[in-house]
Amino acid sequence: MASNAAHRTRRRALKWLHFFGLFLAMMVLCVPGLWVVLNSFRPTVEIMAKPPVWIPNELNLDHYRAMFGGVGEGGVPVLTYFRNSLIISVTSTVIALLVGMSGGYAFARFRFKGKAWIFVGLMCTRAVPGVALSLPLFIIFARVGIIDTHFGMILTYVAMNVPFTIWLIDGFFRQIPPSLAEAAQIDGCTRWQAFWQVEFPVAKAGIASAGIFAFLTSWNEYALASQLTRSVTSKTMPVGLLDFQAEFTLNWGGMCALAVLMIIPALILTFLVQKHLIAGLTFGGVKG
Amino acid sequence: MKSLKLPPWLVLLLPAIIILAAVVLIPLVLSLYSSFTAYKLTRPDSLYRWIGTFNYEKAIGDAKFWAAFGRTVLLLTVALNLEMLFGLGLALMVSKVTRGQRALRTMMMFPMMFSPILVGFQFKFIFNDNVGLVNNALQSLGITDQAIPWLVDGNLAMFSIIFAEVWTATSVFAILILAGLYAIPKDPLEAAKVDGCTAWQSFRYVTLPFLMPFIYIAMAIRSLDVARAYDIVQIMTNGGPARRTELLWTLIGRTGYVDARMGYANAMGYISIFLAIFFTVFFFRKLTAARAELGMGV
Repeated sequence: MASNAAHRTRRRALKWLHFFGLFLAMMVLCVPGLWVVLNSFRPTVEIMAKPPVWIPNELNLDHYRAMFGGVGEGGVPVLTYFRNSLIISVTSTVIALLVGMSGGYAFARFRFKGKAWIFVGLMCTRAVPGVALSLPLFIIFARVGIIDTHFGMILTYVAMNVPFTIWLIDGFFRQIPPSLAEAAQIDGCTRWQAFWQVEFPVAKAGIASAGIFAFLTSWNEYALASQLTRSVTSKTMPVGLLDFQAEFTLNWGGMCALAVLMIIPALILTFLVQKHLIAGLTFGGVKG
Repeated sequence: MKSLKLPPWLVLLLPAIIILAAVVLIPLVLSLYSSFTAYKLTRPDSLYRWIGTFNYEKAIGDAKFWAAFGRTVLLLTVALNLEMLFGLGLALMVSKVTRGQRALRTMMMFPMMFSPILVGFQFKFIFNDNVGLVNNALQSLGITDQAIPWLVDGNLAMFSIIFAEVWTATSVFAILILAGLYAIPKDPLEAAKVDGCTAWQSFRYVTLPFLMPFIYIAMAIRSLDVARAYDIVQIMTNGGPARRTELLWTLIGRTGYVDARMGYANAMGYISIFLAIFFTVFFFRKLTAARAELGMGV
């Protein structure tokens, strides 16, 4: 039975290796983020201490208090930034999903000339980085008078997200056999009703996953927002992060506190829809 | 309005086309035009001075531009390959876990929620030579007693940037590959087992070909993102020290905004956009081929 025992040891070793590898990977993924969270509760003296303080002596809410406090005490209009971010991200995500649904439906259900080229053209618009767009957009937006407004930012983010949502949603609609909607139409539905009552519910999971990608992109975008927002009327949180940076100093603790506020909504949302996310990607990915 | 009847697919695509034309196409045409002029931010009237392809010729003859170009391609290759390997490993490990997978998946996606600019600041601090987490840890463990200048030395700075890029984007690969692992049909794997394949053989010849489309999708998405990498590098090193970590878009951003030579910057921008499009088309081709191999149609 020597080979049996050897087999068992090998299995156990593999199991431990698996556990250890997973633990190490999760450590690397989570520690930098958790360090940010931890630092938001520590006084600046301790963050900057040399030699380093590994076990925190005191944790407090000073950075949060300062952030929500008045302008004189290092306060930053966080709530306004948060509201701006929320309005801009949510609205642009909803619009991008609607536009993406109609575009994705067109790609999935209709055959037309130049389809492949229109598709590649749409994808290529994603190759253009924010830095390249920011100046021409700034000039145009200033002319039209929508600089530093929610509307301007929403418009920009919708454009940023549309190619990707079309691509993902196209894949989900292709999964649904056309006969399903046709059957509904024979039963007396209009095409519009057939879409909302038959095809939309089936593709819902996929649309949710496209939605979360769009939301995270808008929520985190910096290069364009830094140019197209000027004041508290439309500044978003990633731009607000720079309020903690002065000429030569950096209020790291305060920055961490704002970062935590930025991560929480994203974390909640991702946790809620992550199951659909996997299902959605499986759909859209391969067979798209 | 009966006379103007558009085909339904065009009606459905119209919103997307209008928005993209307004926000992406018009600015691009504007910057394409300005790349043929001597446009300087400080002198608006220079927008009308047509100088032909002078900017392009200058960019092609510019050593700094090609250095940044090479560095971007290097970052693209190294980061994408590392992300692919780590993402594959991570997805395989997570898929083998029987309990608590939901929590693990959420943890795995943790870096995806970080704004690139936040990642930049975070790693700028972690790699800080004086009070950074890495140096503190190395010194406390007694591995070294000197402060390693992570962001000051040229090669180490490039390493730090690659580390930050890989940290943020490994989860993109992991999540897509995990989605692929869930979708693998069980029959071929069982057939391989019956035929006496080792674990490695069934991974290499059954699992991996099935995962390839997912890997290429992730590659296509990420190659676009890395080719336009700006935020992280801008914050971490700002292209320094002495341009050792200068990438295409930080160089372009600096030329455009700091030196105010917008026309020249736009010319370089166009060359880099073509680089990004090249990589994307390349991976899309691969994707189509991998799909065809699996008989999934296009």
